[in-house]
Amino acid sequence: MKDTPLSNCERDFLLKAIEEKKRLDGRQTYDYRKMKITFGTDYGCCFVDLGKTRVMAQVSGELVAPKENRPNEGIMFFNIELSPMASPAFEQGRQSELSVKLNRQLERCLRNSKCIDTESLCVVSGEKVWQIRVDVHMLNHDGNLMDAASIAAITALCHFRRPDVGIQGDEVTVYTPEERDPIPLSIYHMPVSVSFSFFQQGTYLLVDPCEREERVMDGLLMIAMNKHREICSIQSSGGIMLLKEQVMRCSKIASVKVSEITELISKALENDKRARKAGGRCGFAESMPQERITALKMDKTSVEMTDVSDRANDIVQKSEAPPQTVPSPVVPIPGVGQVGQGLQNTWGLEDDEEEENGEEQDEKITEMEEEQHEKEESRGGDVVEISDSEEEEVVILHPETPDKTPKNTGSSFHQKMAATSKKRQKK
Amino acid sequence: MGNVVQRQTRGALRFEVCGNMAGLELLSDQGYRLDGRKASELRKVQARMGVFAQADGSAYLEQGNTKALAVVYGPHEVRGLRSRIRHDRAVINCQYSMATFSTAERKRRPHGDRKSTEMSLHLKQTFEAAVMTQLYPRSQIDIYVKILQSDGGNYSVCVNAATLAVIDAGIPMRDYVCACTVGFVDETPLTDLCHAEESGGVSSLALALLPRGGQIALLQMDARLHQDHLESLIEAAMTACKGVSKVLDEVVRQHLQEVSVLSGE
Repeated sequence: MKDTPLSNCERDFLLKAIEEKKRLDGRQTYDYRKMKITFGTDYGCCFVDLGKTRVMAQVSGELVAPKENRPNEGIMFFNIELSPMASPAFEQGRQSELSVKLNRQLERCLRNSKCIDTESLCVVSGEKVWQIRVDVHMLNHDGNLMDAASIAAITALCHFRRPDVGIQGDEVTVYTPEERDPIPLSIYHMPVSVSFSFFQQGTYLLVDPCEREERVMDGLLMIAMNKHREICSIQSSGGIMLLKEQVMRCSKIASVKVSEITELISKALENDKRARKAGGRCGFAESMPQERITALKMDKTSVEMTDVSDRANDIVQKSEAPPQTVPSPVVPIPGVGQVGQGLQNTWGLEDDEEEENGEEQDEKITEMEEEQHEKEESRGGDVVEISDSEEEEVVILHPETPDKTPKNTGSSFHQKMAATSKKRQKK
Repeated sequence: MGNVVQRQTRGALRFEVCGNMAGLELLSDQGYRLDGRKASELRKVQARMGVFAQADGSAYLEQGNTKALAVVYGPHEVRGLRSRIRHDRAVINCQYSMATFSTAERKRRPHGDRKSTEMSLHLKQTFEAAVMTQLYPRSQIDIYVKILQSDGGNYSVCVNAATLAVIDAGIPMRDYVCACTVGFVDETPLTDLCHAEESGGVSSLALALLPRGGQIALLQMDARLHQDHLESLIEAAMTACKGVSKVLDEVVRQHLQEVSVLSGE
């Protein structure tokens, strides 16, 4: 199935938003989406969530004969699988351009930068070496697959443990995890890819583009770096013209982002290690009951919650109890029903008051008093500090007239109230 | 060219380039490289345009020992998948292949593996940026490049050859696209790497440049390099590309002169 194209309106909207330095998900230009790294029960299985993009990496090891020209080096093999599950644009079977691009970029990022000591993977020179295979599966495509894939791959490699091997004479024994503890790979550094998308012939630049943004972008620049500020690979793609200054700027941004991400990865690895040591429920099974495997889960939106209860109380205090009017339907002719005229308006007093305002002058005075009373009351509320509802407060202040407060409406009640509250102040 | 050692192992003839082994000096104390060049010296570039009669444009280009043949067909109507048609511009179709005899080890497949697919993609991307595709809506331009002998810098040689072929086909471009690879050894950028240097574990950067505006059409880098060195490396690559563009310009002018003499103008 081919991907549905983006409509012109959507395209214009996105570009306009980018021009105004706004993004669909409320991020800033250089912000990453929320990243989450989880591990499977097995060693070498890692899930990475980048916003709604979800990627799984699985590392596996196998004893094979080495390549002829490198007899004492292990073999690294990387594969990115774009399954049609992740996006309707991905086709089964055929090697698409995107898949070639991602695969090669991952290879360049992790193999050519020599982040893994392949010589330590040699068992018998020229005969048996470890082949480490990294399979990255795209589970959900919401843009920036490369970054998610590179993070997942390097995290999974760090997490992976290969079985220990013993050599006696000509015999090679592979020990099970019960016999001997499996050995981690020796990793020199951790390259992490950071993608920059360019819009409007390179005028605008965004970090970590989501799927929508990727569709309207002109080009992409992927920079893979490690935390030592060493660039492991650069790749520009899409038909954009870059200037040297832009590349330099991107590399500076990338170095900052990479150090953040590397920290996150090491923290995740550390947490997992601790959980495994403690013997608690670790890995993916733990997160199963709470959420689905792929994208169908709710993200928590963070809302300012610090002063909510105070503000709610404030509002409750200031507001007035709705008048309890007895509905008296007006029936002009028996047997005729009318819509919307049967009941009196119970939505506050404002409408009535406005009418009254127009009619008489002295009503205005009462209204002013009303306002005054309101202020006073709120002040009184501060002093008394009982805060659930107005009625309660009133009950405490005027125990002799408890039934009047909720029922009375209109100015007379407020005048009374004003008077009483003044009295209260005098006290 | 690097030293080639011939060895007999398990009955199979094998070649190994010494650059793979540690301890090979890529840049001598006197500042000379393996093949006697200075650090910022390009290999000799020789080129001819219009080498095929059948094609709309063609060129042959040698850069040192790397030799490439480029052929351009088009613009013509879109063949194959109708869905590829772009109503506002031409699509560019690139195919990169390497002759089976181009490398020391005989290649099994001339094209279709990951590396050559990627190379085709990069060529396509480079020329989409440089060719004025909006002048030919609903049409297609084919660029076929073949490496006859590979001695490093395949991508850049292909781009340079293809540029000449596109010019020969009379397809308007924004500027010459010139490409060059640059390596980094002992704090010195080495321009136009040969195979021995490329496989010697040098961090290399390939850059395709539109020299007049200083715009980078493609940037690709492998291996580790500290961020602080990036600027000097890009700078060196840009200078090298400008050098290449001068050579290409000369070739084009020479060719035009020959053609105009032949047609009696």
